[in-house]
Amino acid sequence: MPALPRRVARFAVAGILAAAVPAWSASLPMGEADARHLLSRTGFGPTAADVRTFASLSRDEGVDRVLAATRTRVTAVTPPPAWTAETGPLRPAAAAAPEERRDFARRQALRVAELRAWWVQEMLATPSPLTERLTLFWHNHFVSSQQKVRVARLMYAQNALYRSEALGNFATLLHAAAKDPAMVVYLDSAQNRKGAPNENFAREVMELFTLGQGHYGEQDVKEAARAFTGWSLDRDTGTFLFRPRLHDDGDKTVLGRTGRFDGDAVLDVLLARPETAELVVGKLWQELVSPVPDAREVARIARAFRAANYEIIVPVRELLRSAAFWAPAQRGALVKSPVDLVVGALRQLDQSPADTRPYALAVAGMGQNLFAPPNVRGWPGGDAWINSNTLLARKQFVDRLARSDAVVMELAKAPAAQRVLLPIAPQLPSPPDADAALAIRTTLLDPAYQLK
Amino acid sequence: MIQVSRRRLLCALAAAPLARVAGPAAAAGPAAAAVGASPYRKLLVVVELKGGNDGLNTLVPYTDPAYYALRPKLGIARDAVVQLSDRAGLHPSLTPLHALWSARELAALQGVGYPQPNLSHFRSIEIWDTASDSDAYVRDGWLARTFAARPVPQDFAADGVVVGSNDLGPLAGSRAGTRAIALSDPQQFVRRAALAQPAAAAGNAALAHILKVESDIVQARSHLAGSHTFDTAFTTDAFGAAVKTACELAANPAGVAAIRLSLGSFDTHVGQAGTQARLLADLARGLVTLKAALTELGRWDDTLVLTYSEFGRRPKENQSAGTDHGTSSVLFAIGGRVAGGFYGAPPDLADLRGDGNPRHALDFRAVYATVLDRWWGIDSRDALGGRYEPVPFLRA
Repeated sequence: MPALPRRVARFAVAGILAAAVPAWSASLPMGEADARHLLSRTGFGPTAADVRTFASLSRDEGVDRVLAATRTRVTAVTPPPAWTAETGPLRPAAAAAPEERRDFARRQALRVAELRAWWVQEMLATPSPLTERLTLFWHNHFVSSQQKVRVARLMYAQNALYRSEALGNFATLLHAAAKDPAMVVYLDSAQNRKGAPNENFAREVMELFTLGQGHYGEQDVKEAARAFTGWSLDRDTGTFLFRPRLHDDGDKTVLGRTGRFDGDAVLDVLLARPETAELVVGKLWQELVSPVPDAREVARIARAFRAANYEIIVPVRELLRSAAFWAPAQRGALVKSPVDLVVGALRQLDQSPADTRPYALAVAGMGQNLFAPPNVRGWPGGDAWINSNTLLARKQFVDRLARSDAVVMELAKAPAAQRVLLPIAPQLPSPPDADAALAIRTTLLDPAYQLK
Repeated sequence: MIQVSRRRLLCALAAAPLARVAGPAAAAGPAAAAVGASPYRKLLVVVELKGGNDGLNTLVPYTDPAYYALRPKLGIARDAVVQLSDRAGLHPSLTPLHALWSARELAALQGVGYPQPNLSHFRSIEIWDTASDSDAYVRDGWLARTFAARPVPQDFAADGVVVGSNDLGPLAGSRAGTRAIALSDPQQFVRRAALAQPAAAAGNAALAHILKVESDIVQARSHLAGSHTFDTAFTTDAFGAAVKTACELAANPAGVAAIRLSLGSFDTHVGQAGTQARLLADLARGLVTLKAALTELGRWDDTLVLTYSEFGRRPKENQSAGTDHGTSSVLFAIGGRVAGGFYGAPPDLADLRGDGNPRHALDFRAVYATVLDRWWGIDSRDALGGRYEPVPFLRA
């Protein structure tokens, strides 16, 4: 055990040297510390075997391998519940008996719980963890919540959309997310009619999905809301429906451009603004690199993003190959999300639960109830994941998982098991007489285990 | 086979860093006031109505024809409101609060807002939580800043406790020496807290944050063991459960300076009537229960309850029987030392801004100044970034 800090220190030195000489290091084997870093940022809880596999690749080869897996993965490998294929009316008719409406609401609550367990299962099983990471990223960008939508099959369809475009095209994704039936319900688009605008979607699409605060005015919101009038749902099929008679087809002026815009035209106006690419790249930076984006680097990568017509793989690749990503200072600089912690710990402790419902609940208890973000801005993430309530829930989860001696001993067999578990040196001293299993448990309860 | 017991692990963890437990206490040094003298013996309970509560249907101007013209569907009929004066009445769901009004323990703070209002939920609540100007970005909450400048005694369980919510709002702060705890159930907190261990702060910002939270947990845990049994019956809805937790915290001799509760969502773009009626009913029952339980503890005269929300809603209802984001709104101050009555001014519905929203009559920071200057007796200027004249809603 006393050898650990020395090893970590050696890794850190190796990291500094590598960062200082990127030109040729890019083709050298990255080694275990870099492999661990790449895998923990692009996947969930790397195992010792994962780390060994990637350690012999160069950084560029490692990034390419991670990205290659996303190319073919546009659907889940885990079969979704059968009811996700249902069609027909979204809700019981207004005239339905109260018992029928109650049964419907109860069924939807059970279904969304199934959906959460299904997604956790997919995160454990997927051959492309980055696909699931970015599916979750888009869930937290183009937010909708079951708490308002209240129809589980719409939440599933939205999830499938975000997976299919996870590393696809942002412009395609924006247009599709805007018309996604769950989104139409969530941001009241169906209530937005000619002469009776509802500004909810128009405001959030500018503030949260594209431009960001400060890059549009109240008048832009009002005008854009008129352009989105007529967007609605077919309640008999649960599909998007444009109702021309509810659409305001007059001139609108949005961000200085005037025309008889419809909703898609306004989205294109938003996509033409540099702030949109910068907002998305800034958020991707915080997801993959560090809590505080480097403005100059974000601007550079955002330009490449626009030049590539919003192909999402472009900024993701740029970020993963950036000097900032590999900088020693960024090791362990991000707080694990509840999904990171729970799915990662299950993977690292080699657990393949037949029933993932308890783990979906554990994730919810730590503040990340899938399919139900707290509001349209999504989970704030970062330091906000950790308060006394959630930190104790996290520690209790890991403590319970590691309670089985068999599980911990299996992990302890791997050489340098602790180095795989922590991104930085442990913060708690190892108990003086620690055997291998106790050392592993101490490591799992270490504050550094909350970081990636 | 190597035997590893969980107890052994915890013992081992507990033994190692004991020397550091004294850290935070020592750091506060002479700034920590003597316990008996601390202003923070007086409790502040803030209640956030999340999502933007419609003030106009909370305190209804039931004689104003302009109100009924703007609210053809959502207007609350004159004979349904709980009349407080010949002009204003409470939403019928708030009927339980009438007893507080009669006891002169409820102040209605009208038209509370700020210049250049922001209509985004997130930005506006950030402005309220940080007590900042509309165009200023401030990191720490106004209560966290207050506690950093004038520390809460070290023998308090924590500076502030956030009940049943994971965002810390006005208690969010990064400064050393401030201690905010989030929990839902004190007993569960104490049971789990054995897993937290203080360690020396080092490394990156994320790690420093985690280590600080661990240290706050360790300190709060030593104070929060034990529970209190009330004669008061608490309601079983989520807000009622949060009120019960607040009362258990108030019963704890170690004390906390501030408690934040929350209720929502009041973001009623569609079909407002039912949602707001249900939430306001939860609020009123919860506040009345809070008074009963704190009276039982003998703490009602040492407690100030303040409601707030990121904004009110637009006076003109929308076509979905709802209301869109607005600006200023009505707040309630409740407590044994509140001077009941009306403060500020009701919205002038004949003089709306260009966006259809009312102008504010009272800056929300004047309300905060009242809490700091008059309730706790500490200078509000630094925490609020300027001088705001307190509102006289407290009795001496």
